[in-house]
Amino acid sequence: MRIILHIWRQRNASDKGKMSRYEVPDVNHEMSFLQMLDVLNEDLIVRNEEPVAFDHDCREGICGMCGCMVNGMAHGPLPGTTLCQLHMRHFKDGDELYLEPWRAKAFPVVKDLVVDRGALDRIIAAGGYISVATGSAPDGNAVLVPKENAERSMDAAACIGCGACVAMCPNAAAALFTGAKIAHLGLLPQGQPEREQRAIAMVAQARQELFGSCTNIGECEAVCPKEIKLEVIARMNADFIRASLTGR
Amino acid sequence: MSAIAINPVHRVVRFYEAPIGKKAIMALTGVMLFGYVLAHLLGNLQIYGDPQQINKYAAFLHNPANAGLLWVARSALLLAVGMHIVASLQLWKLKNDARPVAYVKKEDAAATYASRTMMWSGPIVAAFVIFHVLHLTVGAVGPLPQEIGPNEPNVRANVIAGFSNPAISAFYILAIALLCTHLYHGLWSMFQSLGFSHPRYTPKLKMGAAIFAILIAIGNCSIPIAVMVGLVK
Repeated sequence: MRIILHIWRQRNASDKGKMSRYEVPDVNHEMSFLQMLDVLNEDLIVRNEEPVAFDHDCREGICGMCGCMVNGMAHGPLPGTTLCQLHMRHFKDGDELYLEPWRAKAFPVVKDLVVDRGALDRIIAAGGYISVATGSAPDGNAVLVPKENAERSMDAAACIGCGACVAMCPNAAAALFTGAKIAHLGLLPQGQPEREQRAIAMVAQARQELFGSCTNIGECEAVCPKEIKLEVIARMNADFIRASLTGR
Repeated sequence: MSAIAINPVHRVVRFYEAPIGKKAIMALTGVMLFGYVLAHLLGNLQIYGDPQQINKYAAFLHNPANAGLLWVARSALLLAVGMHIVASLQLWKLKNDARPVAYVKKEDAAATYASRTMMWSGPIVAAFVIFHVLHLTVGAVGPLPQEIGPNEPNVRANVIAGFSNPAISAFYILAIALLCTHLYHGLWSMFQSLGFSHPRYTPKLKMGAAIFAILIAIGNCSIPIAVMVGLVK
């Protein structure tokens, strides 16, 4: 099938950038979205043009590297899926697709569809960890975790930090990401000692990185490839408010 | 033992600097304003009672003995409105700064109309409130207000005179419609902003917010409609 692509081309961070039109004439419906871009790039290289830069790594939906806006939806039209796991069978002959990088002040464009998501790393560095005693490994199950909390913590920990939540959010907020990280640790006993400071530090870092503010719209939840729930944002709000009120 | 470093600023500053702090303020002031909307509606519905009922209620509110309480309530509401507006403007600026380059193409995945238009419905409702106060409280616009005696406004006559003007009624109904879309998103969203979300209760909260918003719209809009079709004379 034939796919028409309008892709954001930008040479580097200081380039203004613009949309360019491409045609991929012989797309196989079994290709993944990224393979379709690979085919386009092969063609561009043969024609001595600059290939389209896009982030990717594992191509099995677990690393969080890939992603761009496809027709105004982060990771494309299929819910609960990263761009690499989106297959061309979900499109039809003659479809016109607009590919744009994640747009946020905190995510400067590096090149074409590649953005710098270092801001998310810095939010993690601000408090997305626990302190443990080093030495010999502790006994298994020495710290009991209620089954339900373990499940909810794992659901939050499924966040791969792809940045789709920020990209889709009308406010370019990183609330779902930050909330997932805070909920993931805060639901476990090992996360309790630093729970209050973590909420304050990570929320402050997100603010410093110039992410926007959550207005409870739910766009993030709808496009999250790991289907993280809006509930983690409420949990972050609760942790932050409690820490602000009761911290000594 | 804790290994997380936090910036040593005053806790109030730190709270309000964070978007979550501002959202919490918006939720709390929003509750106050919702409470007022509800109380105001219940007061107004007395127009359907005995012809003197609403005037008696107005006389009670305007009784000099209650003036202190009235002004405490007015000041609290004015403060809540002010804080709600200031926080919303600051968050709006944050939002605009957070995405300097817009998408060429952007779809909505889950956003409701109400949630996307809070920054439109809010200012229009605020403009209406100013008009509404000038019209029925101050009497500076619209038909001249009538009084039964000092501190005894003839609310019934003023409402009928005001809503007999189709333009005033139309603006009123439009503002109420916007107020209720604003309330629909705000009423459940405030729980999320204050940190409450639960898979069992949040869907019920959303449903409850819709029911409340619709009931408030019906209650308020019924008054100008009743005046125009001659049910309230």
